[in-house]
Amino acid sequence: MPENDKNQSIFYSKAINEALDEELARDPSVLLMGEDIGVYGGAFGVTKGLHEKYGAERVLETPISENGFMGVAVGAAMMGLKPVVEIMFMDFIALALDQILNSAGKLHYMYNGQVNVPMVVRTPGGAKGGYGPSHSQMLSNLFVGIPGIKVVAPSTAAQAKGLLKAAIRDPNPVIFIENKRLYPQRGDVPEGDVVLPLDKAVVAGPGEDVSVFAYSAMVPVCLAVKKALAPHGVSMEVVDLVSLQPLDMETIFASVRKTGRAICVEEACVTGGVGAEVAALVAGNCMDVLEAPILRVGAKDVPIASSIELEKHILPTADDIVKAVRDCMAW
Amino acid sequence: MTDSTDSMLDVGELADCFRRMLAIRIFEEALSDLFGKNQLGGTSHFCIGQEACAVGVVSALRKTDWLVSNHRGHGHLLARGLDPERVMAELMGRVNGYCGGRGGSQHMCSMEHCFLGTNGITAGGIPIGTGAALALRQRKSDDIAVVFFGDGAGNQGAFHEALNMAGVWKLPVLYVCENNGYGMSNPMTGSTAVPQVSDRAAAYSMPGLVCDGMDLLEVRRRTAELAKSVRAGKGPALLELMTYRYCGHSKNDPRVYRTREEESEWDAKDCIERVATALREAGIADEQIDAIRAEEAERMQIIVQRCLAAPYGDREHALGGVYA
Repeated sequence: MPENDKNQSIFYSKAINEALDEELARDPSVLLMGEDIGVYGGAFGVTKGLHEKYGAERVLETPISENGFMGVAVGAAMMGLKPVVEIMFMDFIALALDQILNSAGKLHYMYNGQVNVPMVVRTPGGAKGGYGPSHSQMLSNLFVGIPGIKVVAPSTAAQAKGLLKAAIRDPNPVIFIENKRLYPQRGDVPEGDVVLPLDKAVVAGPGEDVSVFAYSAMVPVCLAVKKALAPHGVSMEVVDLVSLQPLDMETIFASVRKTGRAICVEEACVTGGVGAEVAALVAGNCMDVLEAPILRVGAKDVPIASSIELEKHILPTADDIVKAVRDCMAW
Repeated sequence: MTDSTDSMLDVGELADCFRRMLAIRIFEEALSDLFGKNQLGGTSHFCIGQEACAVGVVSALRKTDWLVSNHRGHGHLLARGLDPERVMAELMGRVNGYCGGRGGSQHMCSMEHCFLGTNGITAGGIPIGTGAALALRQRKSDDIAVVFFGDGAGNQGAFHEALNMAGVWKLPVLYVCENNGYGMSNPMTGSTAVPQVSDRAAAYSMPGLVCDGMDLLEVRRRTAELAKSVRAGKGPALLELMTYRYCGHSKNDPRVYRTREEESEWDAKDCIERVATALREAGIADEQIDAIRAEEAERMQIIVQRCLAAPYGDREHALGGVYA
């Protein structure tokens, strides 16, 4: 085993904390901004300890003014700082959408390359049992289709750390989608300064019969389904999209060319989701090898109910994925 | 003593300000003419009548103070000393414009002039300028950020959120509200619960001053005074300039929401004519003043002709450069 493969198993949230810590130490222009990220350590504890270590100037506690501080981050980024903004729940990003859509994503292009906007917006999407309609949505679909921004959604601790480092070092605005269900998941993280590419999908579990494209917390669900279906003679290939904008078409098409079948799985609503985009690309480029219709699994087009029992009917489940695989294989 | 000597002007400087204000007006009249001839696409928001605000504020600042502007920004760009030919080229969508035709009137930036951009979202530039002030403080600079916006912007959340943060963090930013009485067609009384936008400064623990925006020297004096305080680390300030746009909100505005009587009252306060009077009082002959007018008019004609002949960007320019 090579030296650099020495791993440590840590929580997904700790992996993000380590990336922030190491980037704050490495680059004095990095600055954290957000609500309750200081002494409190963030609503989900992700920034714990950083305020004590780097002080209030670099771990800047903001008032509850999402659009305001998103714009402040844009202005600071134009002047050469590298703000990493935390939006406490992904649903709240609606309040800051103007500055993401009209400023962060457009400035580099519309000012003809005179400015870069090197900022990261970290935010946890997805439901975690009972948070209710305004605290539970996966809104990845809102950000795919805004030119000028990059969108990544890590599914493991190692990805979270390596991709956040890449996002902070990238000269463009990056929406970094975390996940409340993933925060307490442990995973092996390589030691050292490992930076992962922002635009590459990963084959999380190779297989032969059907390609399943997923991201964020749906990746481990798909891997569990893959394991469960293996004894039944179905070999699923689970592709973790990782990057939602741009999509890694090379990896997506290579997988479909191998299996001839494609299913898209996500926690966002099916309608207008990332899966719809993947499906359209696969249909447009891999029709010659497709043996079955492309299927999509995602949240129902319903707000996420507060009751945990109601929530179960709305969110995509392992059973939904099993059904989609069976339907796809039946062709 | 509230005044500072650097807000005083000698005759030569006053003549320079006159020329700059005149150049802005002639520039925008030329634009209006181009729209009339269908030689310009989209829309534009003129600041005809408001020239004392742009020139008064910018001339009282350092060239290294950072400016952020709004949708009505041509005056700010020209007052800061950007090349009018490249500003016009940008408005005409030509490749030699400041943003290669990608930005146009409401999205024009020149980093070499410390100009962080005009902005097509009413209060969109206010948090951005506040962020620039944060960056200036982080780098321990004694330059300040100055943000222009209109009275209408005072009713967007971004205004309140940004001013509150600047107040909490004591940032080096001067907010300049050009109050021309109307948010597009809606008068202050129909949109704003306080008589003056600067009344809101108290809510964010910063000084708020109202000043005659038609008086160049008064604008300059008040700007110098507040900029000095902001630069000294005393926190942000809000300056409200009472002014009037002689034109409509944008190119197709028939101005049904205000009376011709009101307009003629403001016509009598023309900021450019007031400076011309001051020049005469300082001993400048009418011929010299007329010569400046003629020179600027001629210069503008040449600029328009050159810009009309300038090339557009190609397909690669249109489709590239989305990411850094």
